[in-house]
Amino acid sequence: MNSPKKKEGQMKKKDMPDTQCSRRSFLKTTSIAAAAGSASLVTGCIPGKNSGSSEEFKLKWEEYFKEHYRLMTQEEKDATISRLVRLAKLQRGLDLQMSSRPAREQVLYGYAFNISRCEGYMDCVKACVKENNLDRKSKTQYIRIFEMEPGQLDPSTGDAKYFHEVPVDNKFYMGVQCFQCENAPCVKACPTKATWREPDGIVVVDYDWCIGCRYCMAACPYWGRRFNWGKPEIPDEEVTTKQHYLGNRIRPMGKVEKCTFCVQRTREGKLPACAEACPTGSRVFGNLLDPDSEIRYVLKHKKVFRMKEELGTDPKFWYFID
Amino acid sequence: MSTTSQKGFLSFLYDCFRWNMQGSLSFQIFRLLLFAAMAFGIYAYSYQARSGLEVTGMSNIVSWGFYISNFTFLVGVAAAAVMLILPAYMFHDPDFHRVVIIGEGVAVGALVMCLSFITVDLGGPLQAWHLIPGIGQFNFPTSILAWDVLVLNGYLLLNALVPMYILYCHYKGQKADERKYRPFVFLSIFWAFSIHMVTAFLYQGLPARPFWNNPLMGPRFLASAFAAGPSLIILVLAVVHNFTNYKLDKKVFHKLRLIIVISAIINLIMLFSEIFKEFYFPTHHSIAATYLFFGLEGHDALVPWIWTSISGNIIATLILAFNPGDNNPKVLLPACFLLFIAIWMEKGIGLIVPGLIPSPMGEVVDYLPTWVELGVTLGIFALGITVVTWLIHPALILEERYEKMRASKMD
Ligand code: SF4
Ligand code: SF4
Repeated sequence: MNSPKKKEGQMKKKDMPDTQCSRRSFLKTTSIAAAAGSASLVTGCIPGKNSGSSEEFKLKWEEYFKEHYRLMTQEEKDATISRLVRLAKLQRGLDLQMSSRPAREQVLYGYAFNISRCEGYMDCVKACVKENNLDRKSKTQYIRIFEMEPGQLDPSTGDAKYFHEVPVDNKFYMGVQCFQCENAPCVKACPTKATWREPDGIVVVDYDWCIGCRYCMAACPYWGRRFNWGKPEIPDEEVTTKQHYLGNRIRPMGKVEKCTFCVQRTREGKLPACAEACPTGSRVFGNLLDPDSEIRYVLKHKKVFRMKEELGTDPKFWYFID
Repeated sequence: MSTTSQKGFLSFLYDCFRWNMQGSLSFQIFRLLLFAAMAFGIYAYSYQARSGLEVTGMSNIVSWGFYISNFTFLVGVAAAAVMLILPAYMFHDPDFHRVVIIGEGVAVGALVMCLSFITVDLGGPLQAWHLIPGIGQFNFPTSILAWDVLVLNGYLLLNALVPMYILYCHYKGQKADERKYRPFVFLSIFWAFSIHMVTAFLYQGLPARPFWNNPLMGPRFLASAFAAGPSLIILVLAVVHNFTNYKLDKKVFHKLRLIIVISAIINLIMLFSEIFKEFYFPTHHSIAATYLFFGLEGHDALVPWIWTSISGNIIATLILAFNPGDNNPKVLLPACFLLFIAIWMEKGIGLIVPGLIPSPMGEVVDYLPTWVELGVTLGIFALGITVVTWLIHPALILEERYEKMRASKMD
């Protein structure tokens, strides 16, 4: 981990020109120009069946014109969160708790995966799907577990679609997910700055700012990103209601999403759901800047490697062997 | 400026519109057919907008498909107008000077299609304003996609405004002031290369995708575009020559043929070089090429596609190079058509889809566009052709008038 002090997440105002002023005037002209017809288009609700109340309409209207997350003041963040919470209540009767908690000071998250311990139970996958409100219809998974032949270390030689009792003799298992690259090709690719690296090393997406061009998906060398091809479907009773704006809140259709090291949990001091669920203890997560953390112990005392090191992406995810 | 010139401009626009409404019956029927195709495209798109991109054949592995393929190819067609602009304005070649307006019309049509293809591919088209500098966040100069948006729109402006200025002068019966438009012509020549290179860099700049991450990408793009674009322009010129009063000199066709032959041969040499690199000593990085040319793990949807394309490419290049019919249009035009289609197959789907297969985690799937993608694509092609006819039709009437006027003045 070179230069953990680098803080891409805290972009200064000077990098992002203050656009408030021109935005306001733009909003004014637009709202004058946009009559009721285009309004229904913008909010995506065809009047009639689903139009709901005028409150819902107003909330959606305000949501449509909101700012990029990183340019919002704390008040604006609170306002959009209360709108999102209210919309979830109006539309699905869900009681959400949504946070906008920023990165903690002096924290850089890292992850290590023990390939000699993992036995391929996929409890992590299940926990992740539940925790992160992943679309059940398309069976979206952030984590994939590859069943590997001995003598191989490249997951592309493995099989991620195994469906049998594990562990199997003479096989080993390798989990992959977004590796939270420090030099992330996906961030570089995005034309709208809708995805960026937070100061604690987590690469996040502003789902409402993303335009769904999928250039980041083409740019990721680890297949770390997923797209909402349709509207995500999660049964009401299975929705995880403790959410983070940049994390597990339910994504809109047509936007990109990815693993966030469970930002809604880790910033509260908890482990990511996958690390907590793992029955074999193969998943180690912690603060790379804390010399006493378990992750630092692993990096110091075990033989570790990272995937596609030659690309220079500098992932914050290591594999190790006992 | 004075009000008279403003009024003049309005009546210019009005007359262009009026001329567009005229024309033979078959021409109008043709246009109605285009409108029907566009209507179907709109229907398909509205279905896609409601259900999301899940109604396309794309997936998390093949995350770009038919739309982006067509976009990529059409950038080349748009850039190829430079092959008329360069000789016409720089070398004052009289043959090209008479047809350059047609080339520019084709470029505008192609660009309109490019921008439409990008838009229909977006998951959040209503958020597209997030790209607009000033009110959105434009990741410039880091993101190559941001560059692409910039250069495409700039090229569209250049190719629309310069001809409009010239035509407007001719409309008023004046000679266009070359000092005024020449800098913009220079700029647009430079710009034509840039739209192409930037679009190639979009792919070339991704180390995640070895199939694209190849320094030959940009140059090969240019070569194939300078073969496919002029082929299309020859076809359009043939239509103009045969169906309108605007008669063209045979020499234009001969000169264009030469351009096509040279570009097509360079294109084939580079294709050969790429194939050699992939298969002489196949590495991990050749796996996408293996998928494309031979199939992988029983998935071989693109194998017949790419071989058809390469055969078409070679046959058309040979015909155009040896010119058996001695510039007989009955040989020349089908060969141009064949070359155009072959390059469309290769520089569209044949370039985009294998870049994404197998996934970086080694998974192989096939991609087939659905009826929605085909319908939307049909609609966009109809839109592009409509734009071209709406631009060229009045432009030719104007040019003809202007030529007659100058001829009568000379007498
Ligand atoms: S693994 Fe992919 S998605 Fe994750 S940070 Fe790296 S490039 Fe981005
Ligand atoms: S899909 Fe969204 S996050 Fe990805 S590059 Fe496009 S705008 Fe950025």
